[in-house]
Amino acid sequence: MTDYQTFDHDVLVIGAGGAGLRAAIAASAAGVSVGLVCKSLLGKAHTVMAEGGVAAALANVDQRDSWQVHFADTMRGGQYVNNWRMAELHAREAPDRVRELEAWGALFDRTADGRILQRNFGGHKYPRLAHVGDRTGLEMIRTLQDHSIHQGIDVHMECTVLRIFTDGGRVAGALGYDRERGRFRLFRSRAIVLATGGIGRAYSITSNSWEYTGDGQALAYEAGAALQDMEFVQFHPTGMIWPPSVRGILVTEGVRGEGGVLRNRQGRRFMFDDIPDNYRSQTADTEEEGWRYTQGDKTARRPPELLTRDHVARCILREVREGRGSPHGGVFLDISWIREKLPAASQHIIRKLPSMYHQFKQLADIDITTTPMEVGPTTHYIMGGIRVNGETQSSTVPGLFAAGECAAGLHGANRLGGNSLSDLLVFGKRAGEFAAAFARTNGPATLDSAQVDDAARRAVEPFERGADGDGRGPYQLQQELQVTMQDLVGIVRTEPEMREALERIGRLGDRARNVGVVGNREYNPGWHTALDLANLLTVSEAITRAAIERQESRGGHFREDYPEKDPAASRFNLVIRKGPDGQMQLTREPIPDMPAELKRVIEEQK
Amino acid sequence: MATDTLKPDLVETGAVEAQEAPSPQPEPLGRATFRIWRGDGTGGALVDYTTTIAPGMVVLDAIHQIQAEQANDLAVRWNCKAGKCGSCSAEVNGMPKLMCMTRLSELPLAEPVSVEPMRAFRPIKDLVTDVSWNFTVKRGIKPFRPRAPDAPDGTWRMAQSDVDRVQEFRKCIECFLCQDVCHVLRDHQLHDAFIGPRFLVHAAALEMHPLDVEDRVPDLRRIHGIGYCNITKCCTAVCPEHITITDNAIIPLKERVVDEFFDPVGRLLKVFSRRESGA
Repeated sequence: MTDYQTFDHDVLVIGAGGAGLRAAIAASAAGVSVGLVCKSLLGKAHTVMAEGGVAAALANVDQRDSWQVHFADTMRGGQYVNNWRMAELHAREAPDRVRELEAWGALFDRTADGRILQRNFGGHKYPRLAHVGDRTGLEMIRTLQDHSIHQGIDVHMECTVLRIFTDGGRVAGALGYDRERGRFRLFRSRAIVLATGGIGRAYSITSNSWEYTGDGQALAYEAGAALQDMEFVQFHPTGMIWPPSVRGILVTEGVRGEGGVLRNRQGRRFMFDDIPDNYRSQTADTEEEGWRYTQGDKTARRPPELLTRDHVARCILREVREGRGSPHGGVFLDISWIREKLPAASQHIIRKLPSMYHQFKQLADIDITTTPMEVGPTTHYIMGGIRVNGETQSSTVPGLFAAGECAAGLHGANRLGGNSLSDLLVFGKRAGEFAAAFARTNGPATLDSAQVDDAARRAVEPFERGADGDGRGPYQLQQELQVTMQDLVGIVRTEPEMREALERIGRLGDRARNVGVVGNREYNPGWHTALDLANLLTVSEAITRAAIERQESRGGHFREDYPEKDPAASRFNLVIRKGPDGQMQLTREPIPDMPAELKRVIEEQK
Repeated sequence: MATDTLKPDLVETGAVEAQEAPSPQPEPLGRATFRIWRGDGTGGALVDYTTTIAPGMVVLDAIHQIQAEQANDLAVRWNCKAGKCGSCSAEVNGMPKLMCMTRLSELPLAEPVSVEPMRAFRPIKDLVTDVSWNFTVKRGIKPFRPRAPDAPDGTWRMAQSDVDRVQEFRKCIECFLCQDVCHVLRDHQLHDAFIGPRFLVHAAALEMHPLDVEDRVPDLRRIHGIGYCNITKCCTAVCPEHITITDNAIIPLKERVVDEFFDPVGRLLKVFSRRESGA
């Protein structure tokens, strides 16, 4: 075996957003040695972008809230294909995880009596999101980061993992490279937690940064683990659309939580035109009632702007397609109208939504306190991911765990806003604890030097090929893939388009295997993009295959050729594994029956 | 660097303002040249790249376009592209800026726009610098230590007004532009003796946290080198989060140091009042 810089960690955590940090803290607290790999600098992961808040049934603002209501809301939002055990644990444990952050120094906004304030959000029956203005994610990641640096965790910043190795079917370690010098780092570890986040870079319009190339999903798949629910991608209804350079940047749902409304070019509140049956009893009948809800009136029901994200995104798309959109192909999101209702509305908006105010002011020359924003859907989140055990977060490969966005199950077919930050905390902690327990009870595994050398050799092959064609190789391929997924496997899907996408993905795969790069190994983004391509192609293929197979519309997955929900399809998850021939294998796995107690909770909350 | 050179250059060319366009496809607005520092720890030089400009573009967009079309290996850090993660710090026309929040419409495009790495840190490659020192410094500051919970369920009560003051400091996105511009670090290279404005803000956030009971004042004086700051306010001028670093964080900390070390009467009173309140 070639000489690699080698590191020994009982537990290796890959990814340092909220889930990775929480997992690393938990594993370290369990007394094992922990290595934490971040693709960027510590504290820059996508958690930092989360705006609205963290969902937890603290019942500080509305005493009617409880874990049961949170559980039922999460299942309803996920259209009942969720892993119900995860949804239950999440609802039960989120309040303690939030309080724990406060004990580590987080400073949430307060109620009048000094407790953690909670705000309304789409799909949540009661005000449930603990928040800090509209920069909750920053508060969370900084709190976890500042806590973690005193726990004896070894941090590998700007390091990307290329492959996970197994030994007799269980995890043995991983190979990565550091960005600064392009040197390989070999990790020997007894357990690995994947916390790598999402896949947004597979699409051209996305709120995700360059990092979100489906690394965890692809690493797990290549290591033999199963993926699940990959067809469920969330298109957040409100991304910026103008000017073009900001297209896709998120506009928090908090705008609607604070009373912001959606209008088409005719000025109509079009969300009132289409309210799904299973939400009708919870939705306001009039604009007035909706406004009262956002201002904390407990007798009022929520405005239709706060229906689930999948539904709002489709309604926006309908307005645009039917010619009622805004000038740049979106709709109007207006918070400035609350001037009619509140005396010092401008100051109120700036205090409640400071980042949004500055974002539009600086990037779009728009003052949101006086002018409506133009918004449209943006690829935001994947509900699917690595198939895990609901309690331990163990994947189907022993010693390999997953938490946060790269894991599947909690959110079912559609995630509620605010449930991702609580997901990170609840299941980050669980994954860290169970990974530590696995590391304690299982001896060290052996790394196969041939596998390691093979991974290293393949990683540097693009240099041997050098610049190809017009010299735009990796960027050109990534862009073509993004356009393919955006156009053919986006918000509205049909079988012929997705078959076309599969063919294109296949051709792009052939080209990706021959892509060349220029320059040397030191901090070379062209090389990094070339290496990320393989992961993007894997997750794109998985999304497309699962989306073809699910012949119904549910949550984030909408089929124009099968626009209705199929009750029979609520009884299975689609699971993808790498077959013995190297091809993707797709199976339907039945969802286990829910215990009577949880069924009762759902009935009571209907 | 003198304070007066730090005022943001807000020259409007009017050439690249976002226009109301009937179609979502932007019209290119012409071409502009970017003079980008290419090199590594052993040295480098400014290289000119000319690229097409579209409405609303920021400096980071231009860098990405050049990277994709002309210089695949051009090194740059970035993540959120929305001013929230603090990764894409650089010096644009000599001004410390987040590239993702610097619109081309704010810059005079008749001349080349210079884009250089932060100068207070060792260059790694092109626009990427070695900021690892900052992460080491933070570990040396005593962590948060809360008072006992206020309620039997282990929670605390805090007034929004008390939280507001610290929330200003906690807005920090760790872009390290304040460190870049601080003459103690940039010109005098006193990285071993002085933690810099970012970590004085961090210390202030901890010291003024309503729940924190740790005492960092002796460390601020002896280890963190707060005395090196001579309040030129360059840090405040470049902060993209508009944190009033000098006035709200550093000066109050300096006052605490003075109270504790240079005011014997006040110090004595403090000791007694602490004993009486049982704190």
